[in-house]
Amino acid sequence: MSGDSNVEVPSDEVLASMGREELARLGAKLDGVELVEYGERYEPGSPADKHAERAVSRWFVLSALFGLAMIGIFIWWPAGYQPPGSDKQLMYALYTPLLGVTLGGAIACLGVGVIALAKKLAPHEVAVQQRHIGMSAEVDRRTLGAEVFDVVDKTNIKRRGMLKGTLGLAGGVIGLVAIVPVLGGFIKNPWAKGAKSDLWVTGWAPVAGKKVRMAQIDGTPVRPEDMAAGAIMTVFPGVPGGAKMSDSAVMLIRLRSDEKVKIRDGQQGWEFGDYYAYSKICTHVGCPTSLFEAQTGRILCPCHQSQFDVNDGCKPVFGPATRPLPQLPIALDEEGYFIAVSDFHEAVGPGFWENGKHPAWKASPKESS
Amino acid sequence: MSRLTTATAKPGGSMASKALDGADLRYHNARPLRTQLNKVFPTHWSFMLGEAALYSFLVLLLSGIYLTLFFDASMGETVYQGVFDKLRGVPMSRAFASTLDISFEVRGGLLIRQIHHWAALLFLASMMLHMMRVFFTGAFRKPREANWILGVLLLVLGMAEGFMGYSLPDDLLSGTGLRAVSAFILSIPVIGTWAHWAVFGGDYPGELIIGRFYSLHILLIPGLILAVIGLHVALVWFQKHTQFPGKRETEENVVGVRVLPTFAAKGGGFFAVVFGFIAIMAGVFQINPVWNLGPYNSAQVSAGVQPDFYMGFLDGMVRVWPAWEPRNIFGHYMIPAVFFPAIVGATVLMILVGAYPWIEKKFTKDNAMHNLLQRPRDVPVRTALGVAFLTFYVLNLINGANDIFALKLDISLNVMTWIGRIGSFVFPLIAYVVTYRLCLGLQHSDRAVLEHGIETGIIKRLPNGAFIEVHQPLGGVDEHGHPIPLEYQGAPVPKRMNQLGYAGKAVVGVIKARDDTGLIHHEALDAAEETGNGGTNGNGGTSGALRPRDEAGTHSGH
Repeated sequence: MSGDSNVEVPSDEVLASMGREELARLGAKLDGVELVEYGERYEPGSPADKHAERAVSRWFVLSALFGLAMIGIFIWWPAGYQPPGSDKQLMYALYTPLLGVTLGGAIACLGVGVIALAKKLAPHEVAVQQRHIGMSAEVDRRTLGAEVFDVVDKTNIKRRGMLKGTLGLAGGVIGLVAIVPVLGGFIKNPWAKGAKSDLWVTGWAPVAGKKVRMAQIDGTPVRPEDMAAGAIMTVFPGVPGGAKMSDSAVMLIRLRSDEKVKIRDGQQGWEFGDYYAYSKICTHVGCPTSLFEAQTGRILCPCHQSQFDVNDGCKPVFGPATRPLPQLPIALDEEGYFIAVSDFHEAVGPGFWENGKHPAWKASPKESS
Repeated sequence: MSRLTTATAKPGGSMASKALDGADLRYHNARPLRTQLNKVFPTHWSFMLGEAALYSFLVLLLSGIYLTLFFDASMGETVYQGVFDKLRGVPMSRAFASTLDISFEVRGGLLIRQIHHWAALLFLASMMLHMMRVFFTGAFRKPREANWILGVLLLVLGMAEGFMGYSLPDDLLSGTGLRAVSAFILSIPVIGTWAHWAVFGGDYPGELIIGRFYSLHILLIPGLILAVIGLHVALVWFQKHTQFPGKRETEENVVGVRVLPTFAAKGGGFFAVVFGFIAIMAGVFQINPVWNLGPYNSAQVSAGVQPDFYMGFLDGMVRVWPAWEPRNIFGHYMIPAVFFPAIVGATVLMILVGAYPWIEKKFTKDNAMHNLLQRPRDVPVRTALGVAFLTFYVLNLINGANDIFALKLDISLNVMTWIGRIGSFVFPLIAYVVTYRLCLGLQHSDRAVLEHGIETGIIKRLPNGAFIEVHQPLGGVDEHGHPIPLEYQGAPVPKRMNQLGYAGKAVVGVIKARDDTGLIHHEALDAAEETGNGGTNGNGGTSGALRPRDEAGTHSGH
């Protein structure tokens, strides 16, 4: 930043008599820069000179042409959406690519032109600048330190214990004052509703004593006849907004009647005939475990490839998931539609610290191993 | 600049110099401005990677501001009634609907959306490449440790910014990613549920998260990134750039071009090239077609679920982590398995990367100032560590798409997972050993040339019947005709005769050779000066005729 102090600054008369290049070189030298190679690249008007100018200008012409094309296309090209299959679709499909190529072409060609200008026409130079090696001058460092510590001395901060204490106290409190209201606005108690916390309760909990029907995404209730053996159906609580509830999606699976199913302890009778209902929300990170392979009875989560064995109580058999997909106890109501007998008896979806404290779980502890 | 201005302007009388004088009268800026314009920057190609990151960020700012004018960051439900027939009548969030409107109904809107997304990918990719350049050449060493930390911070901020950005359209793919992040937060021991309630305002997904991400994505994080970039570039400016050792380059100087005109012109031009490149990519290559994915629903998912590439390694680690889960801690508490790769793994990796300058310093005890860069082969341990890390990173990037790899390569998904599990330990080890040996081999090859000369490819038969290869010594020969060994200087060593100019010069021109009359050779003067010095110091002795090495028969094993 500071100039080279070894360079002598010429007097004003000498300066006035210096030519432009001489002054330019002096300026560089004053800033500690030596121009070891510097000067024009061509004899003015020579073939090489003209060739270089043409080579640079070519890019600017190209840039302007692309730019004009871009403006034209932007304004006049038929840009309205056309569905696939219509004969105007090609024109629509070309709009964004043409726009991108012409816009990008205009900007990139301008850029290449400017770089070519720097490389072909701007003076050739190899400059060498000295770094500031070592520390600042002794006098600067000593005086800086002295100025700071002299103020500390004269204020006598060291001996003023009370001042230090109270300043520290006020600083700490102000720090808290800055944090508490900012963070505080975000803090909400996930357990404010106790046993009814959103982490425990899903849309399958009976509403005012009435058990919840299983419904398809459009709200149609589900009967056993709707499914063939080996089929799977995603069902939602048949309550308003049930299809949007993040933890309530359930896979209703109808196994073939000859299939043997191991049922987890304490969950006997939760199925209805060959129909089993398991939470669709992966116990790993909560993706919907959508891929059911009827042949092997495996359910695969497409996000992280956890695999669950339907014939073994939906226990995880491969991948990062650790807990089985929770089973939902089901039955038929008097009209022959599927209902959930109760909510899940364990927490649904991704795990969390308090996962094992599910109220129903605590009432009838079951080990999943 | 043009010839016209030069001819007519009187010294000190032109408009431009009047303006400079006017500015100096008011701001007294002649000297500081001249000093900054005289700043010298070295010109190695690899130094443009950081610039590419900077320029893609500028493109992100420009395109992002435009998108805010049309985007509606609301999770409120609406029924789509726009021109895209396949989704007409489908209930969706306003965020998703306004993304569709930008893509289909704003003229040129799709291009701007795709520019924004491609620029984000380029921003992250060029930051990573820039970081690799800084790592493998040792540019992070004292006095530049602080800038390494700022760079790591920028990478982390960039990843957060990118994740939030692609979550905003509220489509099926990004919603799945958001669900995973929700689970990552939930998995934190003790405070997980509280942290989740703080971030999402309740159970997943709630109705706040898109709006919150929007505020962070357009205001807080870009503000932070801009501030850190400012600090990062200011440190490069004031500490001066590093450079590779060379003929003139030493620890005490910077060799290159000054800001005015070459560096500024190249920088400005390169910004336009990056911008143009992104625009062409955005036009030609479709990215994130959210209309094909549909609006988010927590019960639906598409197959082949991959995040943007920079989050891929995290997803890969989550995929291959085994089903290990500590349960029944203090009674009924537990730590979900995903906590270990997603939270602990990511944090440990970040700390390791950020702390690397100090880790290296601890082992090498090297506390000296370094302005000259190293060639990766000269620091085999660091290079091998870096390649081992990259192997781990790339393997987990592949793990993040192991379903696609299993499908396309027609192998079992479970086998892919096990390759990822075992490979995470084994492949980096192999990479370390191989890289280390390669570095040593390259060092030997450099030393061999400096000691014995370049292999000419000319085989000669000696009177005693032995065959030798003729070598061209770089440093001349002594009175016995033995090559004078040269000291390795940390700079590239020529390995082929062509690099000494034996291939001659290519003739440029399409129909006839280009007329180079009037071309001024500045370098020629310089070369003449050096050969005048006697050619004994290693730079000038190459002009002699090919000389077979005496005693070559005893050395022909090289």
